[in-house]
Formats: sequence, C-alpha cells, structure tokens
Amino acid sequence: MTVTHDGGTHDAGAGSAASAASGNAGVRGWSPQRMWSVAGAVVLVACVWGFYAWDGAQTTAVLGGTVRAATLLVLGAMCGMIGERSGIVNIGIEGQFLMSAFTAFTVASMSGSLFLGVVAGVSTGLAMGWMLAAMSVGLRTDQIIAGTVLNIAALGLTSFFYDRGRSLGQPKYQSIELGPLADLPVVGTALFNRPPLTYLALVLVVVLHVLLLRSVWGMRTTAIGEHPGAAATVGIDVIRLRYWNVTLAGGLAGLGGAYLALESVGTFTRAMSGGRGFLALAVMIFGRRTPLGAYAAALFFGFTTALQGQFQLNDTFDIPAQFVGMLPFVVTIIVVAAAGLFGRMRDPAALGQPYEVR
Amino acid sequence: MASVVLGLVLGAVLIAVQGHSVSSAYSALVLGGAGDADALLRTLQKATPLVFGGLAVAFAFKAGLFNIGGQGQLLVGAAFAAGVGFGLEGLPLVVHLPLALLVGAAAGAAWGAIAGVLKATSGAHEVIVTIMLNFVAGNLTDWLAANPWQDRSGSNIIARTPLVQPSAEIPTWGWLPAGFVLAVIAAFACWFILERTTYGFEVRSVGANRHAARYAGISVGWIMASTMAVAGLLAGLGGAIESLGVDGRFEAGVNVGLGFEGITIALLARTNPIAVIPAGLLVGLMEAGAAKMQFESGVAPEIIDVIQALILLFVAAPLIVRWLLRLRDRPDAPDRRLTLGAGWGR
Repeated sequence: MTVTHDGGTHDAGAGSAASAASGNAGVRGWSPQRMWSVAGAVVLVACVWGFYAWDGAQTTAVLGGTVRAATLLVLGAMCGMIGERSGIVNIGIEGQFLMSAFTAFTVASMSGSLFLGVVAGVSTGLAMGWMLAAMSVGLRTDQIIAGTVLNIAALGLTSFFYDRGRSLGQPKYQSIELGPLADLPVVGTALFNRPPLTYLALVLVVVLHVLLLRSVWGMRTTAIGEHPGAAATVGIDVIRLRYWNVTLAGGLAGLGGAYLALESVGTFTRAMSGGRGFLALAVMIFGRRTPLGAYAAALFFGFTTALQGQFQLNDTFDIPAQFVGMLPFVVTIIVVAAAGLFGRMRDPAALGQPYEVR
Repeated sequence: MASVVLGLVLGAVLIAVQGHSVSSAYSALVLGGAGDADALLRTLQKATPLVFGGLAVAFAFKAGLFNIGGQGQLLVGAAFAAGVGFGLEGLPLVVHLPLALLVGAAAGAAWGAIAGVLKATSGAHEVIVTIMLNFVAGNLTDWLAANPWQDRSGSNIIARTPLVQPSAEIPTWGWLPAGFVLAVIAAFACWFILERTTYGFEVRSVGANRHAARYAGISVGWIMASTMAVAGLLAGLGGAIESLGVDGRFEAGVNVGLGFEGITIALLARTNPIAVIPAGLLVGLMEAGAAKMQFESGVAPEIIDVIQALILLFVAAPLIVRWLLRLRDRPDAPDRRLTLGAGWGR
C-alpha cells in the first residue's frame, strides 16, 4: 500500500476531473466547484423541507420515487464509470439492464426464490460485461459498436424468449424498516424504509467510492484509463485489468437489472429498461465519474422522474403527460451540453482507444 | 457475407432448439418476403425506411459521428409529413406531395441538427444527445397524434392523425412502391456527395482525423452540424414516406424501433451508401417474411431481431468470424475493422 494522498483539499488527486481542471484554484480552501455544490445542496434541502411542511404526504411520495429511480441509475452509472476509468466506454448498460432483468425475473419465477433471481441477474450482468470486454478489449472492436451490439442483442433475445403468461408468483422485495431511523421526518421513509437491494446499492456506492479513489486497485484503474502505456511500464497488466474491470462492472449493471425486475417493478416487460441505461451514462458524466457524485446526480434525475409520476397522478398542473415525460431527457441534454460548455470536464485520456501490446 | 451466413446458421440453431423445423421456417421466411408480387411489395416497403435509416447512420459515420437518433428523426419526419398531408386541402399532387415530403425531411433535419450543433459548440456527445432526443421525439409525436392532430372522426380514440389527402399519397406501381425508388436515389446521391464533391471530402476528412482537418482549414464545427442535419434529413424522409406511402397517416407507437435498425443496416453495409441498398433489402425481406414464418412454422418473429444482432456482432468483430471459420491470417490483409475515429469526449 503505497498510495499517498495530499490531504483532502480536492477529492483524491489522480483521476478526479474536478481537481485536474481546477488546478490549484483552492489549495487551502474550497474549490469554487465545491462551494457551488454545497450551496446548491443547502438550497435544495431548504426547498425539500419547505415542501414537506406544506404537503408532507406528497413530498414523501416524491422523495420515495426519487430514491427508487436513483438506485437503478446509480448502479448503471457505477458500471459505466469503472469501465470509463479503465478506458472502456460502455454504452451497453441498457442491454445489460434488460438482459439481467429478464434472467432475474425468469429464474425467480421458476425457482420461487428472489435471491436466486438476484444471483442470476448479477451473473448475467457479469457475462454481458465479459462479452463487452472480449469485444472491446480482446478483439479491439470499436467500443461504441460493441456496446450497441449488446443492446440490440439483449432486446432481440429477451423479446424472443419473452413469455407473456409468466408471472413472478410471489410478492416482489418488500421494504424493511431500519428501526428508529425510519421514523425520521422527511428522509425517514425515503431512505430508511426501503427494500433490501436499495440498501445494498447504497452500501456499494460508499464502498466503491473509497475503493476507486483510495485503493491501489482504484489508482491502477485510473492509470490504465489515462495512460495505459505508462501503466504497462510500471508492471500493470493493462489488458488483464481492463478485462476484470469491465466484467465485474457488468455485475453492477446486472444487480441493477435484478433490482428493476424484482424490487422496483415486480415483473418483466419488453424493453422495460426504457432508456435508463443511457440515462445512467449521463448520470455518470454529471457525477464526474465518482460514485458519490453519481449518486447525487442520480437523485437529481430520479427527482425529475418522480416528479413526472406525481404530475401524472394528480392534476395540480395542466401539463400534458407527454411533456412531463420529456422532462428527464430534456434535462439530460441540457446537463450534457452545459457540462461541455461550463463544466471543464475532462475524460480519461485513453478513453475509447483499444490498447495493443507491442 | 460470412457474417450474414453465420448469423443465419446460429438463428437456425435457435429455431431447432425451440423444436421447430429449420427448413420450413426459412423457406416460409423467403416465400413470405419474395414469393409473389404482394410479398415483394411488402419487402420493398419494409426496406424503404431501413435504407433511409441506414443512410442516416452511414452518412454521419463518415464524419466520425455515431447517429443513434434515427428513431427520433424518423418519428418527427413521419408526424410532420402526415400533418401536412392531411391538414392542407385542395392542392394538386405535384405541389402537395413534394411539400409534405419536404416538411418531413426538414423536421428530421432540424432534429438531427440539434445534436450536431450541440456537439460542435459544447462537445456534448452525439450518442447521448441523440438517444435523449429519441425519447423527446417519441413524447412530442405522441402528443401531436393524441391532441392537436388527432383523428376526431367517428368514435376514434386511438392516438393517430386522419388519413392523408389523396393528393399527398405516394403512389405504388404494381409491386414497386415509389418510396423505394426514392430510397435508391437517395443512396446514390449520398455516394455522389461523399465521394465526388468537395463537401464530401471535407466530411470524410473530419471523420478520418478532425484535428488534421482543422489544420487543413476545414470548419469542423460546420461539418459536424451539417452532417447531422443531412443524416436527420434522410431519416426524416424515410419517416415521411412511411406516413405518406405505407400507413397513410401517422399513428403513435407504430414506427417504434424502425430507426434503430438503421444502425444494423449501416454496419452491415460497412457504411458504404450503395451497399446500404442490399443490406436494407435483406433485413426488409426477413421482416416481410417473418409473419408467414410464424404462421407456417410457429417460430416467433422476434428471431429476426436475434439474427440481426448476431449478424451485427459478426460484422463488428471480424476476428470472431475468422476464428469461427478458421481463416488464416494474411499478413497483407487490410485492416477492415470499423472505427468511429474519435473517442468518447470530444
């Protein structure tokens, strides 16, 4: 363990886009980005509190929907960021979600065990991750095309084997109250009265954040994404690490698929991932390829989704459902464009380029 | 070719695993797609939007841009062409039909240009933007078909427009739909523009190396924005023909998925505009024959999607094909890998 860290002014040196871009702007204090984020968070919390005081039931419903939507998005985003930090673009998250939702649902339905369903979903995600690695790392296929192949294959296979008559045959994952925490105002129901996979995802967010930014593995991953040639000269097996990372990251998307089928919805329908694998990519970019950042971004996107559901339920505002339905996607476009214009984002330098051993 | 054969062989394995007869399934597929004049008409009608969708992807590919937005561009083209098609009355055919086509094409071009302009100005990746625009277009056209442009005749509650006026209908000559002729013309026009004009040279330069292109004095931003507009125009035209020549109206949710198949077509054709025609015909034939195949041998039509994905996989990764067929590596063989040139960010 020879990882050194320069003492917490900006999050963890090496791969962080924020620190790379802002340079020495806030060496002893906070960087402007961090100040703005904290200010934004304070305003947001104040707003949520205000709405809660105004209409508790609806605010709780929206917050619950926010966390529900965010869980899937952050799992996909973490899958994407492990790949991208190692230099592999994964545009096949959508297909990974769909395929593992399908196997998770089918296995859970046939075996009668939700847990076996989750295992099947994660395994499918791993297998799809391995396929992506085999295509983009091993065969050096164009990475975006490789991901598209996964998406089209998942849509075709799940439609082909789709069994309209099959049902889960048991209730989906139910909420577990975390003792007194669940009785907290505002966040109690939204965060501490959730089904098990949501808790698991939250734990994974924290663990992966530490691993990516603090561990030897995280540093090596960043190294092979930034400069694989240099990483190879210090003895890192670039091809091998990229294979492992992309495959294991697939397991996260697989968990996302299982979450979608067995906890969020409770059944499988055709094309049920509905573009959220792509939204996860936007979440990843918005979250600057860090798990905690991605979770914040996922909450924001989840909020727009939850708001949309709430708008459709009650007719407080006279907006056609289709326009409310556009909201998350329009927001994504604006965010991605704004990130390019103002955000000083920087991608891993070797992103998208196959690595060849010479 | 090898990719297509391998895809069909693996498809046959899947059919056999499901316990159906492979020979009867595939013969029904071919007969359903080319067995008689009706079948041929169906195939050509199916192939038309596929060729346009394939061109929309292939053209953008030449500039190093991956246009996944064919779906949305096709939808707005289909909806706006139908809007002009049923909304304007009393125009002669020579004015009305071209106008409706033009409006559909313009709507598609505008939709494509959004992604191109954002890419050129802010570096927003076109893959994310076009995918998001697909969803926005889906919602927008659903709303158009369900609200302002809905067919109010009788007791219709379906989200669809009225039928277009006869003066805006695209004719069909026997087994040959005029829309397919347009598709072939468009393919040759794309080839000519890309290979024989200065603009096409600039597009290909940007695709090959946008930094070198910039040093050579080419306005990379303009090329990226205009290429996406042309791509959107092609997809929008495909959608317009679908409304004016096949469905006779725009109906929400009918054309879903059509735009995505353009990706398969373009890769199958190795982004060569002329080769997009046979690629579109092949997939069009499979889709036209799928219904007969299901009727006669009980194979679910979704097998077509699986076969398409397999073919795409083999096209994308030629190394798999070489390995499966035990082809020997020739040291002088040209590298035929497809690449998008530039990476993810900008």
